[in-house]
Amino acid sequence: MNLVIATHIKKTFGDTIAVDDVSLSIAPGEIYGLVGSDGAGKTTTLRLLVGALKADAGEIAVCGKDVRRQGELARACIGYLSQRFSLYEDLTVLENIRFFAEMRGLKQDEWLPRCMEILDFVGLAGFKDRRAGQLSGGMKQKLGLASALVTQPRVLLLDEPTTGVDPVTRQDFWQLVIRIASPTPHPSPDGKEAGGEGVAVILTTPYMDEASRCHRVGFMRGGKIIAEGSPSDLRATLEGRILEVRDHSLSTLRKAVGKIKGVEDVRAFGDKLHLRVRPGRAESVIAALADAFPTRAGSRLEARLIPPTLEDVFIMLSEKSD
Amino acid sequence: MTTPIILTENLTRRFGDFTAVDHVNFTVDAGEIVGYLGPNGCGKTTTIRMLLGLLEPSEGRATVLGFDAFRQSEEVRARVGYMSQKFALYDDLTVLENLTFYGGVYSLHDPQRVDKTLALVGLAGHERELVRALSAGWRQRLALAIALVHQPKLLFLDEPTSGVDPTARRAFWDLIYELAAGGVTVLVTTHYMDEAEYCGRVGIMRDGRLLAMDTPAALKASVIPGEVWEVHTQPLEAALSSLAQADGVLRVGLAGDHLRVITRAGLGAKALKSMVQAHGGALSRRVEPVETMSKGPVPERVERGEPTLEDVFLSLAK
Repeated sequence: MNLVIATHIKKTFGDTIAVDDVSLSIAPGEIYGLVGSDGAGKTTTLRLLVGALKADAGEIAVCGKDVRRQGELARACIGYLSQRFSLYEDLTVLENIRFFAEMRGLKQDEWLPRCMEILDFVGLAGFKDRRAGQLSGGMKQKLGLASALVTQPRVLLLDEPTTGVDPVTRQDFWQLVIRIASPTPHPSPDGKEAGGEGVAVILTTPYMDEASRCHRVGFMRGGKIIAEGSPSDLRATLEGRILEVRDHSLSTLRKAVGKIKGVEDVRAFGDKLHLRVRPGRAESVIAALADAFPTRAGSRLEARLIPPTLEDVFIMLSEKSD
Repeated sequence: MTTPIILTENLTRRFGDFTAVDHVNFTVDAGEIVGYLGPNGCGKTTTIRMLLGLLEPSEGRATVLGFDAFRQSEEVRARVGYMSQKFALYDDLTVLENLTFYGGVYSLHDPQRVDKTLALVGLAGHERELVRALSAGWRQRLALAIALVHQPKLLFLDEPTSGVDPTARRAFWDLIYELAAGGVTVLVTTHYMDEAEYCGRVGIMRDGRLLAMDTPAALKASVIPGEVWEVHTQPLEAALSSLAQADGVLRVGLAGDHLRVITRAGLGAKALKSMVQAHGGALSRRVEPVETMSKGPVPERVERGEPTLEDVFLSLAK
């Protein structure tokens, strides 16, 4: 059974349609990325799923519970890390997570072993007595994640979890998220989890390198999901259409490629250009480039097909929907 | 030979016992776009603050546009633009009012210059809009306009597109390329690899030291010690732990539904495949579905991956 099922949900704020007929279905063990610009409707979608906002239309079921009618039951199986999660800076790491544990109804004899287990899992056990205010940005992020995990949720919602976090920390954070989602029960090796099925994770991000780590991605724009699929399926839609071109003079090259037939889009990247060409036109474009730049002394025109990135897909989709 | 726009010689800054910037040497030439990449606290901001003359070096020196960054900081600051990640815009003022205000800070009272700057960043027609009503992408452009209003020769950008999507980022970078083509030199700090890819050269900083500085392509070729592979297999965790111990595997990490593996050069797909299978015995301790328990993880697909700047960064950072 899929842990999150949203059908045709809609939310308006005044004249603004924030979420427009969105349907989602997320399986246990799946990491689903809601990707889009600021204001695309990502955060509102998460808030609808968690029940913090009421949808104007549509149905949402989380772990089989209707968010509208069985809100408490639905929320009991959700862990939610909001964009501006608040930690008590003058409390220690353990006191912070204890607060969340008790708020979520964990009993006296339950909270300590549970909290230690989770702190151990996120790598903060050694810092349990440090005040949250003294933690680095990455550690704060992990404490936020630990707090969201304290009830052993079957659904984890993360709103832009790594915005402003450096690459090494981001790598660590992702290893944790992937472990949480993977079917081996973690961080609860006690076997209480039903069948050891993985957690369903939904996260939002504006970054494509982040999106590419998800099992499935939904591109949001103007409140709608305009494309959905695994990163490799989405990339496959542009297979054979992205060329990388280098030359000693980028500016001449840039002017020239604009005139070549079959080139849909040109993007500069430091010392090279990426071209998106119409389907089936890669060879003719490469030939046209060779004509426009006959071999000469000092010339080093290189053109090759490269695998499309999610960023290429995102930009193409954005153009389409404008 | 022309003087470099930025030149640092053993640039060092200590705070007590802590060395924030440790003998950093680099040069940036006119019209270059150079990225500066590193985790929080690696010394990026301290470096920029020394280049802006806000901090005195403990050792070594920096010249910016031919001036000594610290002793001639007035000259430097009159000629450089700085766009901070946490740029201060006045939410309850309009676009035009914000830019006019900041122009005044540089003793600039030419309304034409303000209009030209707005046109340059694509904000013409939005003069009367309140800043609080702008999207993240538009705010970014206004912040850039503020950094550009006094026509600087050198532009410092501190995580300029943090939090904006690829389309807005791309529009922003198209502008930066235009500026660079017009002779403006740009130094960008970032911790997003996507962003670093846009730079002509990238410097990687860690613990106060500049570990490498080169074009993205050269960094990928020189720093990544072997070959990059994408391994699709199940169960992932078992394959991860067996590969982590395998000979010839330099780095392995989870990448969503597959593993990203860097092996020493020449190891090959076949050897990698058999490595994933060979360590199947380690699986028996784990709770796995019966079918996979007996066989060990079966690699469904092993493909060559493209090296990324993230690979470069992680290789240098360990």
